[in-house]
Amino acid sequence: MIRFNNVHKWFKDLHVLNGINLQVQQGEVVVVCGPSGSGKSTLIRTVNQLESINEGEIWVDGKNVADPKTNLNALRAEVGFVFQHFNLYPHLSVLDNITLSPMKVKGMDRAAADKLAVTLLERVGLAHKKDAFPAMLSGGQQQRVAIARGLAMEPRVMLFDEPTSALDPEMIGEVLKVMKDLAESGMTMMVVTHEMGFAREVADRVVFVDHGQIIEEAHPEHFFTNPQHDRAKQFLRQLLTPMN
Amino acid sequence: MDFSQIIPSMPGLVDGMLMTLKLLALSVVGGVALGTVLALLRLSSNPLLSGFAKAYVNYFRSIPLLLVITWFYLAVPMLLNWITGTFVSVGAFTSCLVAFMMFEAAYYCEIVRAGIQSISKGQENAAYALGMNYGQAMRLIILPQAFRKMMPLLLQQSIILFQDTSLVYAVGLMDFLNAARSKGDIVGLPHEFLIFAGAVYFVISFGASLSVKRLQKRFAV
Repeated sequence: MIRFNNVHKWFKDLHVLNGINLQVQQGEVVVVCGPSGSGKSTLIRTVNQLESINEGEIWVDGKNVADPKTNLNALRAEVGFVFQHFNLYPHLSVLDNITLSPMKVKGMDRAAADKLAVTLLERVGLAHKKDAFPAMLSGGQQQRVAIARGLAMEPRVMLFDEPTSALDPEMIGEVLKVMKDLAESGMTMMVVTHEMGFAREVADRVVFVDHGQIIEEAHPEHFFTNPQHDRAKQFLRQLLTPMN
Repeated sequence: MDFSQIIPSMPGLVDGMLMTLKLLALSVVGGVALGTVLALLRLSSNPLLSGFAKAYVNYFRSIPLLLVITWFYLAVPMLLNWITGTFVSVGAFTSCLVAFMMFEAAYYCEIVRAGIQSISKGQENAAYALGMNYGQAMRLIILPQAFRKMMPLLLQQSIILFQDTSLVYAVGLMDFLNAARSKGDIVGLPHEFLIFAGAVYFVISFGASLSVKRLQKRFAV
């Protein structure tokens, strides 16, 4: 479904992505983790070309996203993206946040879009909030709306860029629960997160990134119990016992 | 001082005020529209487009409005005449309107540009991530939020324009100030009529300015 072929990216002198090779199969859930500044957010943002790449190829559903001839808008309509800071449209109601792209990009009529939005809001447990505005919702609720908004485009794959990092601790669970349900429904997912519980329970594979390179790629059980690389060991130690 | 002649002159003064307000409304609509286009050009990554917008803004902000008004009144008909080969009558109203639109667009451009830049990059990213193109992202997501934020500034600029419309005096258009001046001359009481005109401008501008401040407080979060 997604394939990185020797992908490089530079921010001026900084080599943020240094020869990334990675595949995500249909229906697979891949968690990307790594220390701050490792390039993991940049990595996931290249998939729908919110970040361009300097070298290599990224294939999504049979299309090379770095090819100038690829229709990026059409591609992005098939790739859902969930942001760390939700990025809901503050001037629109929850319902309009969800229906806008299906109507304007896919040409769906208002009645069908509304029906779809309500179904998705029920799925994330927020049908009663459809007329609220984003500012009236908690962070966890906003992120669940953002997930529903992404799903409204009926994407083939969903990308999550640290979806719980901006949330208060008590709201993380409700968002992870929605993501877990989504994974169980068979959605192909690529998730940048530090939620190791989620990775362990839901992921098919964990990818550890440092200095723009994939250092370790393993089944979560192997990754957590028996990491091969020193930097991965150190990262896990810091996550589990941050004071030492 | 004899202000009693103002009442019988009211119909002419009201006509003048209607002309002022008509000129103002059309100039604001046209100026904001053109200013928005200029702001989008100025923010474009294409150096030619942004360079053009920048030069436009700098040029119109560096010359007097009165010059622009007379220039459009005298030079543009001549230019049109030269291009089309026939005599084209533009008229004082149209030439003033075009002058105001083009001049004010330079100021509105800077307000709109700041408004667009104040919207977080995340909004644009979200719009793109959901399949929108540049036009849709701007029209549906960025500009509605930006206009809400910059509404007080746009209104303040429009109050300044309300005062500046009186410059059409130079090309003989019968706006409020010109109507007051000519009525005053006819009845032989120029001072009274000018004092009255000044009071009217003050009440409208100051009242509008206070309303904008109240609006600003209500919109501030």
